[in-house]
Formats: sequence, structure tokens, C-alpha cells
Amino acid sequence: MKGRLQMAQAIQSRGPVTGTAVAPKRRRRFFLSDLYSTAVGKKYVMAITGIMLLGFVFAHMVGNLKMYLGAEDFNHYAEFLRELLVPILPRTVALWLLRFGLIAAVLLHIHAAYSLTVMNRKARSVKYQSARDYQVASFASRTMRATGLIVALFVIWHLADLTWGTVNAVGGDGTFVRGDAYGNVVRSFERVPVAVFYILANIALGVHLFHGVWSLFQSMGWSNPRFNKWRRYLAIGFATIIVVGNVSFPIAVLAGIVGE
Amino acid sequence: MSNHLTNLTLKIWRQSGPNDKGAFESYPIASISDEASFLEMLDVLNEQLIDQGREAIVFDHDCREGICGTCSLMIDGQAHGPQRGTATCQLHMRKFQSGQEIVIEPWRATAFPIIKDLMVDRAAFDRIVEAGGFITAPTGGAPDANLIPIAKPVADASMDAAECIGCGACVAACPNGAANLFTSAKVSHLNLLPQGQAERWSRVEAMVETMDEHFGSCTNHGECEAACPKNISLDFIAMMNKDYRKAKFKNRKLIAQI
Repeated sequence: MKGRLQMAQAIQSRGPVTGTAVAPKRRRRFFLSDLYSTAVGKKYVMAITGIMLLGFVFAHMVGNLKMYLGAEDFNHYAEFLRELLVPILPRTVALWLLRFGLIAAVLLHIHAAYSLTVMNRKARSVKYQSARDYQVASFASRTMRATGLIVALFVIWHLADLTWGTVNAVGGDGTFVRGDAYGNVVRSFERVPVAVFYILANIALGVHLFHGVWSLFQSMGWSNPRFNKWRRYLAIGFATIIVVGNVSFPIAVLAGIVGE
Repeated sequence: MSNHLTNLTLKIWRQSGPNDKGAFESYPIASISDEASFLEMLDVLNEQLIDQGREAIVFDHDCREGICGTCSLMIDGQAHGPQRGTATCQLHMRKFQSGQEIVIEPWRATAFPIIKDLMVDRAAFDRIVEAGGFITAPTGGAPDANLIPIAKPVADASMDAAECIGCGACVAACPNGAANLFTSAKVSHLNLLPQGQAERWSRVEAMVETMDEHFGSCTNHGECEAACPKNISLDFIAMMNKDYRKAKFKNRKLIAQI
């Protein structure tokens, strides 16, 4: 520390850059908020909340596959989620704990993304005045904000459709029945525009995952020549499994494979 | 026998000073040898401009052999032009075609203010290095070679990081204006070596936090690696991210200090 200080004092500040080598000693903040105040720390948060959301998206897709086993199995699974850990905790408590975790993850993911975006905009206040010729930045990496926004809006609509029931089968032939998860899904997806919207939103999710799953390894510093090439394969595989699984549901309903 | 390229049009960013608005101006190059380097072509153009009594184009250059990191230029939307692993000074006109229009712009980043025309102030990089890109041990006379054994792969990895010439192409190419590739190269170069271990954790913390004051954040596009004239790997960014996290935990462990 001392050596760094002496060296810094010997260096005159020059030019329009006003930063100094040694920042004035700040009061130590709480460890986690200190970490979150830096860009690298925010990227850890992006990665960790991303992993939580990956877990949810995967479990959600696998759970919904029970749709193919019929109404009884599907609704039984839905009830199982509410009765998770029931002798230990009262009904729906475990589910709500999971939900709070997810909500926190979503909010943190969005806040980190927003503040990093603001930081990045500031870092290039005057844009390039000629066209950029990007070499390796993928469509996915460059559209993370757009795909993320589409997924966020979709999730709100998805909750209104199948959890709260406020937009379920509006103008259709059915109505939302609390507890009849299977019937609600079928009645919702029988509306073609809704099915198309679900498919498009899931493709956006897949594009988001294609970059996100790879990117989180870099952000967390999980890099090793032995497995580095597998990070890309994992991202492609994970995104494909999620998209194929999720997109199959509205298609199955429209094709009559899943129906009442 | 060298061939000549003819009828080139250069669209070059002209800006009289830091506060000027600036604009592109077009300059014709009637004929230039394909053996000329890109900077030599600009020299030829400047000679012409001076002959005509016009102001020469200001651009950064020094060693012209790809090792000093002074040259820059955004050429047709790519930092250091279209050839991978090559600084602008080592880029030759044979990479271009007769009749082509070539757009030349300075690096764009808030931390790299334009001084004039194509020249930018990269002092923000100095701030990052000043924060920890050194070893404070009083070294005395030069030690004997091989006094400290270093495994060959470690020495190689450290050398790969030390190749960074600090030209700023990573920042220029990054859609976010982030300096993570530069900073990670400077961090990793020392953090890999035995001599760098004593200050490993304070170094990464200080350098990352200084970087934050000037630059954007890494979203893993990979453009920096593609633009780097020294082909520095993204793996160093991962290594820096890991070391930064470890540093945050380790420094907390320094108990019993007031």
C-alpha cells in the first residue's frame, strides 16, 4: 500500500483524464454492496441470478412436459408444487419461498443490466460516426437487451394468462378455472395469436440463453482450457432443449395432441 | 514488382481540437504502391496536403513495427483495420483494392478524448497501470537469470498477457467501451508470475476499480479479442474476474488491522 501511494504521489495528473492512481480511502461498505458497486461485481450478480433463472426455466419446462401424460398427471403436478414440503411447512409456503427467490433474482438481474447499460452508454458518449464492422459479436450478444425485454414482457403476460387468469381465454369459449392448470393451458393455447406469441417469446428466450449461458462462465471466471469449448456447446444445447420443449406445448395444443 | 492501387478515396475524420464538432472529409489518392503501409499512405497524403498549403492530418504513430502501441485508427469500422492480429502500422495497402473508399475514424470512448483529427488521449490506461500494474519490491541490481524457477507454461501464459501494447483497440472495438481486455492483460501478466504474488490481490482490486472509473463494462461480445493486434485472449478477462472475486474475499481476511 505504502509503495503504491508514494508512486502515485510522484505522478502528476495530466491531460483531461481526472482519475488518480489511488482513490481516497472510502469508508468500507457492507461486503456485498461494495462488490455490487463495481461493474465486475454486477456481472457476478447477472451470472448468479442468471443461473437461478436457468434452473427455474429448466424445471418449468420439464414440469410442463407432464401435459403429455394427460390432465390428471398435469394437475397433480401443479398441486404437488403447492404441497411441496408439506409436512414440514404449511401448504404453498415452500412454493412462495421459491417465488420470492425468483422475484429477487429477476429484479437484481434487471437492475444490474440497467445500471451496466447506463455505464456503457456513458463510456462512449460520442458514438462512431461511420458504420461499425463487427467481427465476432453474435446476433444474440448484441440483442440481449431486446430479447431480455421481450422475455420480461412475456412473463408478465404469461402470469396474467395462466396464474392470475385475467387474460385467459378472453373472448374465447372457455374461462379461467383456478386449480385446473391443464384446462387453462389448453383454453389459452387454442387461441392462435396467443400460441404464436408464446412461440416467438420462447425463441427470444432461446437467443437470450444462447449468449447468457456462455457468458456467465466468463463473468464468473470459470475458464479452463480443458472445458472451454464445452461452454459454447452447453449454451447451444441448453437453449435448444428449452426452446424445443416450450414451443412444443402451444403446437401440441393447436395440433390437438393435447386437448380436453 | 510492386503493383499500384489507384483511385482510392479516403474519408477521414477531421477535428481541429477537443471541443470542435468535427466531420468527415474526403481525400483522393490517385495512386499508391501496394507495398506501402497504411501509415505511409497517410504520410504521402500529408505531403500532398502540405504542398497544397493545407493542414496535415494528425494521427498517432511511433515505432511503425507493431510493438509500441501508439498507432490506432478505426478503418472501415474495424480497429486497426481488416487484418487480424495486426496494428495499423503493419497493415499494408495490398489488403485494399483499387477504387475503394476507406473510412478512417479515431477511437471513440469517453475515456479517450480526441486531441485532434485521429489522435486520442489514452492516459486513462496509464491510470489503470498506475493503480497496480507494477511490482513495488526494491529490486536492487539486476538478479541473475533463472534465479526464480518458473514453469514454462506459466511463463508462456504470462508472456501472452505481457504482449499487450496498450494501443486501446480493445476499448475502441468494444460495443460497450470497456477496457477489460487491457486491464486483464496487465493484471494477469504479473498475477501469473511468482514475482507478482505479493501484491496479487491488492493489484487486481485496485486496477479493476480504477478501470471502472473510466470505462464501460464487459458483456462478453468478444470484439476486443478479434481487434487486438497482439491476439490477447478473452481467457485473461475470465482470470481477472476470478482473481477480483478472490481478492474481495481475501482482503477481508486481513484481520487485526486498523
